[in-house]
Amino acid sequence: MTAAKEINLTLKVWRQNGPDDPGGFEVYRAEKISTDMSFLEMIDVVNETLTLNGKEPIAFDHDCREGICGMCGAVVNGRAHGPEKGTTLCQLHMRHFSDEDTIVIEPWRAKPFEIIKDLVVDRSSFDIIVQAGGFISVNVGGAQDANNIPIPQDVVEKAMDAAACIGCGACVAACPNASAMLFVSAKISQLALLPQGKPEAARRASAMIKTMDELGFGNCGNEAECQEECPKEISITNIARLNREFIKASFFSSVK
Amino acid sequence: MQLEAKSPEGPLAEKWDRHRFELKLVNPANKRKYTIIVVGTGLAGGAAAASLAELGYNVKNFCIQDSPRRAHSIAAQGGINAAKNYPNDGDSIRRLFYDTIKGGDFRSREANVYRLAQVSNQIIDHCVAQGIPFARDYGGLLANRSFGGAQVSRTFYARGQTGQQLLLGAYSSLSRQIAAGKVQMFPRREMLDLVLVDGRARGITARNLITGEIESHDAHAVVLATGGYGNVYFLSTNAMASNVTAAYRAYKKGACMANPSFTQIHPTCIPVHGTYQSKLTLMSESLRNDGRVWVPKKPGDNRKPELIPEADRDYYLERKYPSFGNLVPRDVASRNAKEQCDKGKGVGDTGLAVYLDFKDAIKRDGEEVIRKKYGNLFQMYEKITGDNPYETPMMIYPAVHYTMGGLWVDYNLMSTIDGLFVLGEANFSDHGANRLGASALMQGLADGYFIIPYTIGGYLAGTGFSEVNTDDEAFKESTAQVNAKVEKLLSIQGRRTVDDFHRELGHIMWEHCGMARNNESLEKAKSMVQTLRSEFWEDVLIPGVDKDFNQSLERAGRVADFLEFGELMIIDALSRQESCGCHFNEDYQTEEHEAKRDDENYSHVTAWEYTGDDREPVEHREPLVFENVQPTQRSYK
Ligand SMILES: Cc1cc2nc3c(=O)[nH]c(=O)nc-3n(C[C@H](O)[C@H](O)[C@H](O)COP(=O)(O)OP(=O)(O)OC[C@H]3O[C@@H](n4cnc5c(N)ncnc54)[C@H](O)[C@@H]3O)c2cc1C
Ligand code: FES
Repeated sequence: MTAAKEINLTLKVWRQNGPDDPGGFEVYRAEKISTDMSFLEMIDVVNETLTLNGKEPIAFDHDCREGICGMCGAVVNGRAHGPEKGTTLCQLHMRHFSDEDTIVIEPWRAKPFEIIKDLVVDRSSFDIIVQAGGFISVNVGGAQDANNIPIPQDVVEKAMDAAACIGCGACVAACPNASAMLFVSAKISQLALLPQGKPEAARRASAMIKTMDELGFGNCGNEAECQEECPKEISITNIARLNREFIKASFFSSVK
Repeated sequence: MQLEAKSPEGPLAEKWDRHRFELKLVNPANKRKYTIIVVGTGLAGGAAAASLAELGYNVKNFCIQDSPRRAHSIAAQGGINAAKNYPNDGDSIRRLFYDTIKGGDFRSREANVYRLAQVSNQIIDHCVAQGIPFARDYGGLLANRSFGGAQVSRTFYARGQTGQQLLLGAYSSLSRQIAAGKVQMFPRREMLDLVLVDGRARGITARNLITGEIESHDAHAVVLATGGYGNVYFLSTNAMASNVTAAYRAYKKGACMANPSFTQIHPTCIPVHGTYQSKLTLMSESLRNDGRVWVPKKPGDNRKPELIPEADRDYYLERKYPSFGNLVPRDVASRNAKEQCDKGKGVGDTGLAVYLDFKDAIKRDGEEVIRKKYGNLFQMYEKITGDNPYETPMMIYPAVHYTMGGLWVDYNLMSTIDGLFVLGEANFSDHGANRLGASALMQGLADGYFIIPYTIGGYLAGTGFSEVNTDDEAFKESTAQVNAKVEKLLSIQGRRTVDDFHRELGHIMWEHCGMARNNESLEKAKSMVQTLRSEFWEDVLIPGVDKDFNQSLERAGRVADFLEFGELMIIDALSRQESCGCHFNEDYQTEEHEAKRDDENYSHVTAWEYTGDDREPVEHREPLVFENVQPTQRSYK
């Protein structure tokens, strides 16, 4: 392992006590931070000090701390999940920062993601979009042998690329229009690519897109910021695939 | 209390069939009259909630995270086992059963393990139908890899993200049932108590983690699928919110806790590197398919790994276990790594690491092939350590990973409380004293998709229920108790943070009740945990208020339970005067330092019954009867 150093930082952190509180930045020092720490471990250290000084620690969501659950996320110096490409906040390490840096930390900001407290936001709208059609309608018990339908390797690999989405919401936070197109397109693509998902492809695309619109997410303006900030590097080619599926659903199918 | 395993009669291969036939059925029209609470949305809970709803039951499903899709199962990397025998390499249901029983060092129930192997194939069928993008060969058929403790290739995988894909499959089925109105979802809720009416599980008390409100929920039966308790060690590969609270509160209400000291230490994790560290990261066992484990032959040889010639390296697993080599089971691999480091041959800054080297695999297959198989794992390793495993060997060390112990359940997955079912890692059922890789995902989905839908029906159909609702005394009492505990925690306003206590507890457990144990140090640890627990209740500092989003308070409740549960683990470890699987008591080992079982006296499951806060728990034993396999000294040579 590369030798660790210790750095000192100034943090400007968004604090907001509930959705109705106007909120604001507070400034803290983060002292003696090892460059081997993850960003969240750095916040842990700051939180221990805040607690011992009789203050409330910074609320932030996190769970797996290995970049897979999609629970963590904040805007760091203007970038969703911070400066490293293809990295969640929990996997961002302090070796990417320098001594005496000032770091600005804010929650995801998007109308459909209400702030619950500090850096914690409500992402339940993503669940609602999936409930609209992000599944294959199969009950337990009725499946045929798993090898009955061969699926070309490249097709499965493409489906897997899309399925890698962790639902963190960075795409929405990064988008000037707060569009959820990358998230929605990843699910639609995964299922539309696979033979098992084809029968419902049209209905799925129209239902998910309709729900996304109803929830107040904006339109895609082809800015590609979402792809840039996605910690799993989900490609915007999925959005093109979504558009194709949507057009098919609107024009060629009886399901609207 | 009598522990009745309720394993069906008859030949092993016919037990499950026969049992399913004998179980009473709930008529389709009546299913909607029953409400079932499922706590947990991991593979076990998510699968259970979805499949019970598909059958027509009303389901209330709870989880701690903001979405059911984020349960800890999402982090599983390597794969899921099944006895498909697609590679034609000699696998069968019988072999998967045998490997699992043997891997568990003959401390699990034959009938349960056989059933697990039987339903394994249906799991794969169902998952493919759900749209899970499992890896495939060029011909478009499903690919397999090998995991430890098996000589066949039976592990299905989706890159290094198998748990994620399987969980998203269960989550999609669950979402479909939420949309259909059959599942009511309660995210950001923490179950803090189980409610019993007339001796049956009839509901739960939960805290809304956003508002801090204490809520009551009633039902006809309660299913716990709340995962494992590895975080008792503070540092583990588990997600931060993984806890014992739900299971422990059920234990305090009368559910027996089985084999709590059986915890698995995974051999391939990124070594500890600092005191601030919050968790350990697993490097999937699948890496042992291609990586070779070694240490320098000479203690203290601190040359860079590239500069240590072959002649000065000891590939100790290949040397000691020629037939399984790097793929010995986890407990064996972990203990061997510790043994090498204890001899001073450990590498890295701390000397607590061994090498996992891909040089030969890259030479043999080319970097591209290796990248395709393990790309995301290599990338994760590099992110965390700053080292590039394509160029220099990984450094790995064992870390707490999985808990075989858990709430005792019978063949129907019902605990010693009527109407309380326990699934997935939260129960003790299938893995004995050591779990084989890729078998937890299999068990979680087996329990949730294919077992509980049958056995819960048998319970519901065979039980006369009284009218119960949340106005009943039992719910009010439970709410009052939960509130009192929250108030007590917040009133202490001491000097030490929750994490500070948790870290100290973890240290005690790791040192004294970890990879190797002995009676003297276990006794010492018992009093250390007791002392720490009383300090906690006098000196913990929890900021904020109860009716708010308060993460310190959440953690405090979990750590308070770990502080009691840790002692139960130690009591359990002391009661088992043998070694088996992951429970390695140094006083009981073979000449080759393998775990030495005592089948004469310890061929049983230990189940602990709670009898009061200041009283020792009562020990019950479920004898293990082997009619189909002959327990042997495990050998992986
Ligand atoms: C890093 C890692 C990699 C792994 N890789 C593999 C692998 O490759 N193959 C394999 O077979 N196994 C693997 N495992 C093991 C496997 O992932 C777990 O054993 C399994 O996923 C557990 O599933 P579960 O459904 O029982 O519990 P979990 O997935 O832990 O789910 C627990 C659920 O319960 C909820 N919950 C917990 N407590 C409460 C409460 N008090 N109130 C309300 N809700 C609560 C949580 O919110 C969550 O929804 C791995 C484990 C780890 C840590
Ligand atoms: S905490 Fe799970 S992705 Fe960051």
